[in-house]
Amino acid sequence: MSQMSPASEKSRTSQMSRSGQKDRTALLDVRGLTTRFATERGPVTAVDGISFAMEPGEIIGIVGESGCGKSVMSQSIIRLLDYTDHVSYEGEVWLSGEELLRLSPSRMRKVRGNRVSMVFQDPLTSLDPLYPIGDQIAESLRQHRRLSRKEAQARALELLRMTGIPSPEQRIKEYPHQLSGGMQQRVMIAIALACEPQLLIADEPTTALDVTIQAQILELIVELNRRLGMGVLFITHDLGVVSEICTSVKVMYLGQIVEEMTTARLFANPLHPYTQGLIRSIPRLDGDRRRKLHVIEGTVPSLADRPEGCKFVTRCPYADAKCRSEEPPLETAEEGHRLKCWYYREIRSGAREATQYGE
Amino acid sequence: MVENIHDQSQLDRLGQLGRKLRREQRLLSCFRLRTNYDLLIGAAVLGALIVLAFIGPLLSPYDPLEMKVLDRLKPPSAAHWLGTDEFGRDLLTRVLHGARLSLGIGITVTLLTSLLGLIIGVYAAFYKPLDHILMRICDGLIAFPGILLAIALMATLGASASNVIIALTIVFTPSIARTIRSTALVVREQPYIEAIRAQGATNARIIWLHIAPNALSPLLVQAAFVFAEAILSEAALSFLGAGIPAPAPSWGNILQASKSVISKAWWMVTFPGIALVLSVLSLNMLGDGLRDFLDPRSKRKGKGSRRVRRVAP
Amino acid sequence: MANEPEARKPLLEVKALSKKFPVYGSFGRLFGAKQYVHAVTDVSFTLYEGETYGLVGESGSGKSTTGRTILGLTPVTSGEVRYRGQDLAKLPPKQLRKLRRELQMVFQDPYSSLNPRKRIGRILEEALVIHRIDDRQRRQQAVFRILQIVGLQPEHYFRYPHEFSGGQRQRLGLARALILQPRIVVCDEPVSALDVSIQSQILNMLRELQGELGLTLLFITHDISVVRYISDRIGIMYLGRIVEEAPTDALFANPQHPYTKALFSAVPRISERGLKERTVLKGEIPSPLSPPSGCVFHTRCPLATDRCRSEAPAWRETKPQHHTACHYA
Repeated sequence: MSQMSPASEKSRTSQMSRSGQKDRTALLDVRGLTTRFATERGPVTAVDGISFAMEPGEIIGIVGESGCGKSVMSQSIIRLLDYTDHVSYEGEVWLSGEELLRLSPSRMRKVRGNRVSMVFQDPLTSLDPLYPIGDQIAESLRQHRRLSRKEAQARALELLRMTGIPSPEQRIKEYPHQLSGGMQQRVMIAIALACEPQLLIADEPTTALDVTIQAQILELIVELNRRLGMGVLFITHDLGVVSEICTSVKVMYLGQIVEEMTTARLFANPLHPYTQGLIRSIPRLDGDRRRKLHVIEGTVPSLADRPEGCKFVTRCPYADAKCRSEEPPLETAEEGHRLKCWYYREIRSGAREATQYGE
Repeated sequence: MVENIHDQSQLDRLGQLGRKLRREQRLLSCFRLRTNYDLLIGAAVLGALIVLAFIGPLLSPYDPLEMKVLDRLKPPSAAHWLGTDEFGRDLLTRVLHGARLSLGIGITVTLLTSLLGLIIGVYAAFYKPLDHILMRICDGLIAFPGILLAIALMATLGASASNVIIALTIVFTPSIARTIRSTALVVREQPYIEAIRAQGATNARIIWLHIAPNALSPLLVQAAFVFAEAILSEAALSFLGAGIPAPAPSWGNILQASKSVISKAWWMVTFPGIALVLSVLSLNMLGDGLRDFLDPRSKRKGKGSRRVRRVAP
Repeated sequence: MANEPEARKPLLEVKALSKKFPVYGSFGRLFGAKQYVHAVTDVSFTLYEGETYGLVGESGSGKSTTGRTILGLTPVTSGEVRYRGQDLAKLPPKQLRKLRRELQMVFQDPYSSLNPRKRIGRILEEALVIHRIDDRQRRQQAVFRILQIVGLQPEHYFRYPHEFSGGQRQRLGLARALILQPRIVVCDEPVSALDVSIQSQILNMLRELQGELGLTLLFITHDISVVRYISDRIGIMYLGRIVEEAPTDALFANPQHPYTKALFSAVPRISERGLKERTVLKGEIPSPLSPPSGCVFHTRCPLATDRCRSEAPAWRETKPQHHTACHYA
């Protein structure tokens, strides 16, 4: 990564200063985002009134199990679901002063891949097998930046070099299947970065990769984030990854953010029972391996039958009648630490004991 | 950690539950059947044709082979509902007898090709060396246009109803075998097949209890189309004079005879033609309907499956 | 769960196991194999009665192939798999099928390893039918019992696989392996497809059942935290070879092989802020079509010397019970 050409170094600096001017307004401001799908069983709410803001240069981790709506949320932000049937959005998504949910489809296309880019979990299926990777990187440059074929190829080469692919001059002519998983993911990142986006949405970008390769990719993302000053929305189920690269974390459950805080607090002082359970159920390299692992009883309910009241009520060891009937608000427990739970104070002080399943 | 579930009342309760679930499932199938119009109409028309084919000739006062020169080429009338042919034979009687022949040949060919195709396809998919041999033979047979191959086979075998069945079976088996093989190849690589093998199952068990049932639904669909094609091909062979020998009343034979009198007797070409079109159409609808009915995805999405899930405690 | 060394009885011994897959050229089998994929090369280890042996490696390290070869699901190229005085690799198919009763497997993908067209009862009963155990009613009872053991309801007997969640399906996979009361269960990435909260349920259950039923487990995974939790001893695989083997605590306290060290350091750790200083391995696993000469790890090893490039390191005991294949460990 150190072998960056001087030319690209310059373009980076200009990008930095550009995003630097916008520091006063948030890079991304999501207000009450709700995504519903119409199904034969009636509307299903996949994302339920999510609000958060993100400053340039931040890496925000979105954590949750499968079915908690984290992917749908990220896809809603850049309206990738427009092409799915029966989807409806509510709320507002402001990207540096522009509201995305009300943009016309053609204006939206100018945002996607240009100001906001996305990296997906499975790099092989996200790349078109018919074209050499160089062409695929060049494509968005030609579309959004109106570069000539030659300029675009030159820039593609530069991007490949930046992502740390060895001998990029040869690789640029290769097809996706000729590359290994880690290399493919680097290509995906190169494509995502082609137009110097303000925001990168990474949806489980390292889940399909081996740990040693994952380490390389994480290092790359963090380095690019620091150098380019772009915001990264990092979606993952791996709390270890979050703790290494994210500045703050949002824990999602059944379409809602149930707790949000800085990464340091996530592990030191999680307050929501779901977050606590999640953290304790992971086998840890430094934990006592002779003890039983903590278990969150039951499974995530399907989106079609979300419980009334608190969404975690079906699996929560502390739940009572109030939790079943009334949904707790997103409360501020401390500066920068908010959560949805009626009893977090009591749980923290030990006044409230796990009733049903606790150890 | 294990409670006592060996007592009889528990087992009885579970047995009852099993019966109840099976009943639910039957209801659900009925429900899905009721909304599958392709399947219903196809089956109804085909059923009516088959019933007509078997009871029709018994009710008819005429002999399909007896010639009455005086009644030549009479248009439809009260005595001869569909008119008569060039030898004065009652056309309705001949078409009904023809239905027996044509549908009979169709059914036999379908059963034979399905059975052979299933065996060949499944074994080819399971044993690599066999695959090469069987599939090259199939490729060779498929390379001929079907009707030409059938004519060539009929020329060597000699014209008779049973030879028509043999020839058409040889013509249609390769494509069925190929369909089955491609499905079976996919099934063979499924982890659940390996899981069964890991439990110590024999190859025969894997092939017949696990791969074959999973290849059955494409077979059923394909079989309906083979049925239709067999009827058409039999008609074509007879029309070309390479099928069932002349006096026997197959639809193809009647159509062939109508060729020379088409300007004088429209009924001779129309009514057997309608019979042919009706049976082929109904079979095609049946095939499409079956495809929808057997598709496991529709099973999961269907409204009924939710009901079953809710019934189970 | 941990076994005292003197009480250990070898149950299954794998000796110099190798597995090569032929790669054919454009003319198919006509001119023989063009190349070989060296999936497993000269792997030896011993499973002791009642222990859990973890086999760890990244994708392409040959860990799954090792498991499948031991069970005879794919034929052995060379080497021995000794179980109760017999070499499984040379056993005729009929006798191997009988022995399958005692050697079972749990698969990674709980979705596709259950036949979608069969009811759960039928799926679980099948193993008993194959081995002609019990009559119909007794078999049904056995299924009810095993369903309870893995934490499911007897009512599930009548359901189809698609009606279950991922975690429940993995319980079913486990039930299917356990219904024959095997002595050895090979678990191939049994929790990799599951969410963390479900993963901990399955891991706890596996450990409990192992104690209760006296099982010996071969646990294959790429997840280092999981393998540390479940295993008594661990073998680290790289490019078809075991490069290090030790009891779990010793291995984590003091990894010897440079690959093991890099692997452990690559695991993202909870409760550490920021990217930690780690030995990030450069490059990727070389192609198993043409493994490197000498030590297979030398292309990525930060400590590699000329000796590593030319001479394959011997398998030696660097500490009691701790084996490593590295010149400089």
